[in-house]
Amino acid sequence: MYSEKVMDHFMNPRNVGSLKCADGVGEVGNPVCGDIMHIEIKVKDDIIEDVKFKTFGCAAAIATSSMVTEMVKGKTLEEAERITNRTVAEALDGLPPVKMHCSNLAADALHRAIKDYIARHRESAK
Amino acid sequence: MREIYMDHSATTPVDRQVFEAMIPFLTHEYGNPSSVHTKGRAAKKALENAREQVAALINANPREIFFTSGGTEADNQAIVSYVNSNVKKGKHIITSAIEHHAVLDTCEHLHKNGFELTVLPVNSAGLVEPEVLKKALRPETTLVTIMHANNEIGTVQPIKELASIAHQAGAAFHTDAVQTIGKLPLDVEDLGIDMLSASSHKLYGPKGVGCLYIKKGVKLGNLLYGGPQENKMRAGTENIPGIVGFGQAAQLARERMDEISAYLNKLGGRLREGILASIPDTIVTGDLHHRVPGSVSVCFKFVEGESILLMLDSYGIMASSGSACTSGSLDPSHVLLAIGLPHEIAHGSLRLTLGKDNTEADVDFVLEVLPKIIGNLRQMSPLYSKGGSN
Repeated sequence: MYSEKVMDHFMNPRNVGSLKCADGVGEVGNPVCGDIMHIEIKVKDDIIEDVKFKTFGCAAAIATSSMVTEMVKGKTLEEAERITNRTVAEALDGLPPVKMHCSNLAADALHRAIKDYIARHRESAK
Repeated sequence: MREIYMDHSATTPVDRQVFEAMIPFLTHEYGNPSSVHTKGRAAKKALENAREQVAALINANPREIFFTSGGTEADNQAIVSYVNSNVKKGKHIITSAIEHHAVLDTCEHLHKNGFELTVLPVNSAGLVEPEVLKKALRPETTLVTIMHANNEIGTVQPIKELASIAHQAGAAFHTDAVQTIGKLPLDVEDLGIDMLSASSHKLYGPKGVGCLYIKKGVKLGNLLYGGPQENKMRAGTENIPGIVGFGQAAQLARERMDEISAYLNKLGGRLREGILASIPDTIVTGDLHHRVPGSVSVCFKFVEGESILLMLDSYGIMASSGSACTSGSLDPSHVLLAIGLPHEIAHGSLRLTLGKDNTEADVDFVLEVLPKIIGNLRQMSPLYSKGGSN
């Protein structure tokens, strides 16, 4: 049902946890649906220096969260913004069709974290 | 890797003795029981012997046992054929909210096709309250169908009382006993039920075979047409190897039931207590006193069921869950919602159903591994860090 990559990221998730002083925080999903993805980023000079996640959900939810953190570490904000749920799923060698919709929201969480960072950044620049 | 199978409510392994009883009918005894010749007569004899074995398990007359392709077909025939044969009396059906889909979907189908349907709620333990049934019955109610025990939470219904209430209102009573046959004493006479569905593969028999018990005098038609088999009640050449296996499994179940049930109650208790003692924020689902032996059903807060299953599987432990991801829809199981659990708790469901071959060492291994798994998933869960342990 799941690809080897999905199982690897599920069994050995990368970048689990939270950051001491996150620059941006993003969260999507809700407990009723059974999926919540929470992503925190640390940004320096427009580059995502560090990223951590916490996820409540099925194997696909955990694997996509783990994968997105791996994909964005060291990337510029602009590059990170181009990552989509689809590219995350592709990087995992695909997800079962039923999971594409409900458990593939990690990129959305990342984009929210970036938005949060930009909003905070503007605040402090004022 | 060590394999620990704890999903016996889904299916059971075929018992060695059952397998051996089937072998002749998969090899040299391949006759069709409708044939007049020697091989046909041998098959017919085996068929009738199996019928006696299954009848004995539920204290029925062999002539009241009709073999089917399994529990689902038996449920379909009991419900569809009965209500269609009794439309003169009325077109109202009563069932419960926690039935297996073989019953629920069948009732819904009839509902869409002009029958009235009442789906009874259950209490938080998963029990249908007799008073609730009493109030739902109408003069035009023809059939009440309530399962003997639930497949997910293991709750056993007060079937005798419910059947008696249905009869007082002039309705027939059917029960899906797929989860209890061979595990709990089932006496159709004493329980006073009109129809009962059973499946072979839940009691160490083969898949693809089951039966419908129809009390003598209860009138219903066919689901399948095309031949006079099963006393004209179920067309199609009989699945002789399967039926022989079912018969043998029924006989073994009858001989060992007391011993195995006591063992599974003890083993299940050890597992449940062990889980509760080692994993905080755990909710036990189902009724603790009226339950299928060896059925342990819990919900862990802050984590999701499919993740638990896959983690357990990586240790060789096979279990099941009623979470959305495992139900194949966006909602958790209808059973967990019917007993009043909120979605977020139902998503963390785990069902471990023990069987006769499970050992104390198996239980201890699960108790060693499961707290780690839940702990790891909770460390990963944003709900846990937010909600703490309330």
